[in-house]
Amino acid sequence: MMNIMRFKGLPILQQLHIEEQLLRTSSDNWCIINDGTCDPTIVMGVSGKPAELLEIESVLRDQVPVIRRFTGGGTVIVDCGTIFVTFICNKEAVSDLQPYPRPIMSWSGLLYSKVFQGIGDFHLRENDYVFGNHKFGGNAQSITKSRWIHHTSFLWDFDVRNMSYLKLPKRAPAYRFARGHLDFICRMKDYMPRSTFIDKTVEAASTQFSLRSFELEEIETLSETESNPSTRLLSAEELEADVIAGR
Amino acid sequence: MALRMWASSTANALKISCASKAHLSPAFSLSRCFSTVLDGLKYADSHEWVKHEGSVATIGITDHAQDHLGEVVFVELPEAGGSVSKGKGFGAVESVKATSDVNSPISGEVVEVNSKLTETPGLINSSPYEDGWMIKVKPSSPSELESLMGPKEYTKFCEEEDAAH
Repeated sequence: MMNIMRFKGLPILQQLHIEEQLLRTSSDNWCIINDGTCDPTIVMGVSGKPAELLEIESVLRDQVPVIRRFTGGGTVIVDCGTIFVTFICNKEAVSDLQPYPRPIMSWSGLLYSKVFQGIGDFHLRENDYVFGNHKFGGNAQSITKSRWIHHTSFLWDFDVRNMSYLKLPKRAPAYRFARGHLDFICRMKDYMPRSTFIDKTVEAASTQFSLRSFELEEIETLSETESNPSTRLLSAEELEADVIAGR
Repeated sequence: MALRMWASSTANALKISCASKAHLSPAFSLSRCFSTVLDGLKYADSHEWVKHEGSVATIGITDHAQDHLGEVVFVELPEAGGSVSKGKGFGAVESVKATSDVNSPISGEVVEVNSKLTETPGLINSSPYEDGWMIKVKPSSPSELESLMGPKEYTKFCEEEDAAH
């Protein structure tokens, strides 16, 4: 059984808080789909260093929000053209799946290969979803003692100007070959309509789980323990201090 | 999947066995277990190890765990002076795209934290039982150690876990 919640334009900070709460306090399996987020927002992984990853001056000048999330992985800038899909599962939810990064990543690749069957030379390349050698989906995970989360941001569309807030990361997949952002990524809209992608993802999930729709108001009654998420918005002072510390 | 894991674990086990120090010896041969399991340590089912020496217990993650996690790029550790509880998370490791909780096998007060892991998180991969130690704890309930697995039991646990998947 898997609970499925669908949102449209939910702020990414709120989405991440919900995910962190469900990972740590729920015992159910969940699929969360957020069709776009309202404002352009930078989201870094748990160990991300702003001064290394971002053009801080531009970020501060344009007041782009910067979030540090609870999962690993790299930095993205998300907006209304981003589609988010998240799976939160108990260790036993997928039979024969070891709760470690690589098996979970492979499982996700198989699930999405059903979504993109026959479309655009889709595959999981290192830890990214690609058409050919162009990335359109980035992944991150968090694994606890008895549960795991695998979440993805899909570039259905993106604003070229937003990419200028991100530096070229020091840690990059080998297949990137030092390509700049615009040569490395591609738009999913060139391959599949938005609603088709979401419908096919739900269909792929339904081949493995019985899906039950959930509304946001229902989960607020589920957890009796107080949630204290580690995902948070970084302040301008913190961003500036990171630049100074790096000098 | 099994063949890939065998190849990577075998290479890793050979690396560890070449570097093993005299006072910590591999308990079992490659034919029984593809990750190194050491004598003299106790093990949790969440793949952490404990070495109890006098009033201090040293804790880290096992060779099996580091091999399955992949290259560790960041380690989150508590501060000295804090407390840990048996079975509860005290920190996390990040390997490529994933953060993975690290759980304490015992309860107690954190007396020392391995600061080398900030600059060199890869020590957890290259030396999980020695240079890659994570925290030192003053146990509050030494009897908790008795409920942990010994080397033979942990080896069997790993074999069964890998065989089941």
